[in-house]
Amino acid sequence: MVLLELENIGYQIAGQTVLQQINLQVATQDYITITGPSGSGKSTLLRIIAGLLTRTSGQLLFAGKEWADYDPILYRRQVSYAVQQPQLFGTTVADNLRFPFQIRQQAFDSAQATAALTSVNLPADYLNKPVNDLSGGERQRVAILRNLLFPPQVLLLDEISTGLDDENKQILHREIRRMNQEKNVTILAVTHDNTEIKDANRLVKIVAGKMEVDQ
Amino acid sequence: MNLATSNTTLIFAALLVFVALYIGYREKLGMNKDILIGVVRAIIQLVVVGYLLKYVFRVNNVWLTLILILIIIFNAAYNASKRAAGIRHALPISLLAILASTGLTLVVLVFSGSIRFVPSQMIPISGMIASNSMVAIGLCYRNMNSSFRDRRQQVLERLALGADLRLASIDIVRESIRTGMAPTIDSAKTVGIVSLPGMMSGLIFAGVDPVHAIKYQILVTFMLLSATSIGSVIACYLAYQQFYNEQKQLL
Ligand SMILES: Nc1ncnc2c1ncn2[C@@H]1O[C@H](COP(=O)(O)OP(=O)(O)OP(=O)(O)O)[C@@H](O)[C@H]1O
Ligand SMILES: [Mg+2]
Repeated sequence: MVLLELENIGYQIAGQTVLQQINLQVATQDYITITGPSGSGKSTLLRIIAGLLTRTSGQLLFAGKEWADYDPILYRRQVSYAVQQPQLFGTTVADNLRFPFQIRQQAFDSAQATAALTSVNLPADYLNKPVNDLSGGERQRVAILRNLLFPPQVLLLDEISTGLDDENKQILHREIRRMNQEKNVTILAVTHDNTEIKDANRLVKIVAGKMEVDQ
Repeated sequence: MNLATSNTTLIFAALLVFVALYIGYREKLGMNKDILIGVVRAIIQLVVVGYLLKYVFRVNNVWLTLILILIIIFNAAYNASKRAAGIRHALPISLLAILASTGLTLVVLVFSGSIRFVPSQMIPISGMIASNSMVAIGLCYRNMNSSFRDRRQQVLERLALGADLRLASIDIVRESIRTGMAPTIDSAKTVGIVSLPGMMSGLIFAGVDPVHAIKYQILVTFMLLSATSIGSVIACYLAYQQFYNEQKQLL
């Protein structure tokens, strides 16, 4: 089933064409990786799909319906975007894991949060750990858990493992793949990591705002 | 009353202006023109206000009093909105915030019998309330603009996770309200220790018993707390929404 349809998406800002003629069909449970040089428009594309920016031309359909017809807040919970270089909220790890509950007006389930921590090899007692004491890799893992606690339909990953060592990359990678396989989460991941690219079922290359390859 | 200021004494006191001019000249501050303009404007504005108030107090008409209060509120709102530096709808937001904060505070003051509905009490008190509200709201706007700029990334992350606009901005809103109220709270803490504020000084100056004068200052402390909190809350809750568009995207 086609979940996301991008038809001739273009984005212009301040007289600059950042993206043009992006055509992409994403089926449920697809795992698509996106690569391309720095500044080619990869993050911009994810932001458009996430509903954080509005394309200046073309069409974006989610589950057959125009993006703009959805409530943007509810849409973003289904098409969840993990930003490039995330910043953590508040002071402790718990502050971050509480946020997904807060926005859904649900009580914080610490058992669920602890389980999430262990799923990415973080100790359960990290809940009260100050975010400033986390290593870069731990930080990145906590950040992604905010997107994963309530599994979305589509997960947009923006270079979430860039700059991490192999061990951290593997942990993240394993969890993402599990989400994809077990929870049917559709993945669009901007990455330069070859293992991840090999794992995915499609590779999209964006150069200077245009799609180059669609295998 | 033991008030001794007259036109003659003022002319002698004007020597004080020359002190400022001399310093400006010696230190090459390049602002003697501004000093002179400031002095002349102060004199003209105060003379006009003096005669205007004298007339209004003598006429003692409810409608005239209300109109003047509204003019004060509008001026305060206009000045507050100038500090909004690009926040959309800043004028109507400021107007609503100052109207509500001044109005509510005045109603409580009048109904509690703290002040009487006569122009000589209503107008100066309205001016104090509206101007404090104006300053508070101006601080709110400034904080909001800088926080939305500095914490853009965090706000975007919250939106990306599916937060509604309130939750995406709540930290900034709270901090902005605090910023708006902080000076009033600080001055409430130090009143009488560090400074003898204007209202109380004026009364003591005019010969009122200090023990009686402080009661007015206590009243002023209460009303300014109310005015700045109401003004800040309304302005912040309306202003944060202006940082987003229809599609709930950060502008
Ligand atoms: N709001 C904006 N105003 C002006 N230019 C912008 C804006 N947003 C993006 N751009 C430009 O669009 C281009 C693409 O940016 P984008 O962040 O999408 O690149 P990217 O492919 O993700 O790069 P990287 O691999 O370095 O993360 C860049 O040249 C950037 O300067
Ligand atoms: Mg990028």
